[in-house]
Amino acid sequence: MASVSHAATPRWRRGEGLRALLWLSPWLVGVSVFFVYPLLATVYFSFHRYDLFTLEFVGLDNYRYLLNDPRVVTSARNTLWLVAFMVPAQVLFALGLAQLVTMLKAGVGLFRTIFYLPTLVPAVAGTVTFVFLMNPGTGPWNQFLALVGVTGPDWFGDPAWSKPSLTLLALWGCGNTMMIFLAALLDVPRHLYEAAAIDGAGPWRRFRSVTLPVISPVLMFSAITGVIYALQYFTQAMIASRVASGATDSAGSAFVPGYPDESLLTLPQWLFHVGFRDFSMGYACVLALLLFGTSMIFTLVLLRQFRRAEEGS
Amino acid sequence: MRFVPLAAAGLTALALTACTAGKEAAPSLGAQPKPSGSASQALPAATLELWHGFSTDAEVKAFEDAIAGFNKKFPQIKVKATKGVQDDQITQAIRGGRAPDVAASFTTDNVAQWCRSGSFQDLTPVIEQDGIDLTVLPEVSRTYTAFEGKRCTMPLLADAYGLYYNKSLMKGEQPPRTLSELTALTKKLTVRDANGDIKVAGFIPSFQYYENSPSHMGPMVGAKWYNPDGTSAIGSDPAWKQLLTWQKELVDWYGYDKLEKFRKSLGDEWSAEHPFFKGKVAMILDGEWRNAMIANDPQAKDMDYGTAPLPVADDKPDLYGSGFTAGTVIGVPKGARHPQHAWELVKHLTTDTDSLVTLSNALRNVPTTKAAMESPKLAEDANFKTFLDIFAHPKTSTLPANVNSVFNQEAMSTFLARWEKGAVPDLDAGLKSVDKQIDDKLKLSGG
Repeated sequence: MASVSHAATPRWRRGEGLRALLWLSPWLVGVSVFFVYPLLATVYFSFHRYDLFTLEFVGLDNYRYLLNDPRVVTSARNTLWLVAFMVPAQVLFALGLAQLVTMLKAGVGLFRTIFYLPTLVPAVAGTVTFVFLMNPGTGPWNQFLALVGVTGPDWFGDPAWSKPSLTLLALWGCGNTMMIFLAALLDVPRHLYEAAAIDGAGPWRRFRSVTLPVISPVLMFSAITGVIYALQYFTQAMIASRVASGATDSAGSAFVPGYPDESLLTLPQWLFHVGFRDFSMGYACVLALLLFGTSMIFTLVLLRQFRRAEEGS
Repeated sequence: MRFVPLAAAGLTALALTACTAGKEAAPSLGAQPKPSGSASQALPAATLELWHGFSTDAEVKAFEDAIAGFNKKFPQIKVKATKGVQDDQITQAIRGGRAPDVAASFTTDNVAQWCRSGSFQDLTPVIEQDGIDLTVLPEVSRTYTAFEGKRCTMPLLADAYGLYYNKSLMKGEQPPRTLSELTALTKKLTVRDANGDIKVAGFIPSFQYYENSPSHMGPMVGAKWYNPDGTSAIGSDPAWKQLLTWQKELVDWYGYDKLEKFRKSLGDEWSAEHPFFKGKVAMILDGEWRNAMIANDPQAKDMDYGTAPLPVADDKPDLYGSGFTAGTVIGVPKGARHPQHAWELVKHLTTDTDSLVTLSNALRNVPTTKAAMESPKLAEDANFKTFLDIFAHPKTSTLPANVNSVFNQEAMSTFLARWEKGAVPDLDAGLKSVDKQIDDKLKLSGG
């Protein structure tokens, strides 16, 4: 029976399939050129020694080296630190700021603008400025702390403080996330708050039982994009590291990425360095696959957690 | 309608194949008719593309002046120079089939990679064809411009490293000749405030300070980077341990935290705020180009300073007078459209005495041929001459070309940052771990 019905597929259905393919073709081309092909090429090159000129098959050598590369452990640990601390801090801070703006009676536009403005500063300029402001010897930030009797740390020069310093930079530049939360918070139906208030719910209970469930899709979006952003964290770490070290490239002198003490060495930074400074493209491809796999796992876990939370609520 | 997906697939295939198409092989050096000597003046007209790393107005002008000398010899060849180009841009351009005819690099770090991969053409055939005697170059310059028997670059100018001292801060003392003299003088010249914070440092021993890289300081004890087979010698050469032990004692005398606080309070290395200019450091390790920077700085130009070779290990007095050298290299990339013309330009810039002297006088870098160093036109003063002597010293050394040069220096520098901080309990084991990193990477790179 099945073969009969299959053979009897009307012509219009086949035409519809082709039409669907037609409308999908821009996406198909985009995915093929910018995702599938690079991914397959990355897998292919990961089994080769490739310095951009010569290509030599080396089997699993690049993967074996991954297990012995001390910087992979260091950079993965730093990246995971950013995922575990910087992302939640940024989401919570942005949510707090957005909540604050919704509670303002006057000057809403002014504060919204002030909180958003840092996102307009280019990442490089913002990072360089932060490093200079927080310079332990000459920066005004520590001088201010000294006025109130606090000895400021060596923010970007002490391995214990360098990642928290980058987190401060991320909080300063969380205007985009704040705007998204603000829009979500303003979208929460007023009558739900009124009903909760009539039922005797206090501010915390209203936030937990009304606000959070309504804005949870936005929270999920911010968390996932935040995690992906943290896994790809590159520019700020690279610039902060380079500026704080004061190192320059000159004859017989190489800049060591991740200064201080490799505490700012993130996985993408190491990948870039291996690929475009050492020109070990094969091994860089292994690192890229590692990063890709990690991003996929994080995204899937987060999606599953949010779905469970949604079903629970 | 059914043709649309087909067309889309066709376009995709075209886009994918376009990535590898269009790489028509450019003529390689020596493959073309080989005009040499006076016959080379008969080369057809062409426009050469030259990429270099010089970026300041003064540097660019000096380089253009040197090219003008070439244009007098070859009026039919135009040179289009692009300034401020870095090594990775050069490599990527060669890979992308958009190589310039001539490329120059400030560092020697990628020479091995360029030679091995063939991304820079081997100049040996044309050097032999033109009868150029490479002994006009000091041996050390020949070392850092070739790899595995391939001479894929030529030295354009060299940097030599020595000691600068501010005479007004020296309290009448002469520059130190040994490491123990350097330690004693550092302690004598250092000034602290009531809190113990450093106000003036005699000498900053940190490997993280400006030019104090391990490759620049290693020659003070005659330290070796590699064994003859290319594996790391860092863990087995006792000279490194000698240098690090001396260095750590001096860091500890300052106090690591105090020294770091002072180091981070200092101005930018390339600005008028340089601590040597400001009288905050009595002695520094630096390159010969600092002379020009001092002369060009309105505030610092009247500073009373002197230069000397770097102090050396007490038990190796024969090293005194030597130092570290490396420099700008220049060559003909694979895919150059006019390789023979390009070689003529490289030859002119690297072997023509007047050209080298012009560049050296303008940039205050060390010229790389013996004839240029001895030229009466070379502007010499006592402070600059120190570096000419260091460059010519038979024990002056360089960082030997290695395919992982950048990686190896980073591995060492990372270790040294931990060492001076006091985070390395066992120096021998630490140095062996550097060996392992370097050797593992060497295997990954194919030995």
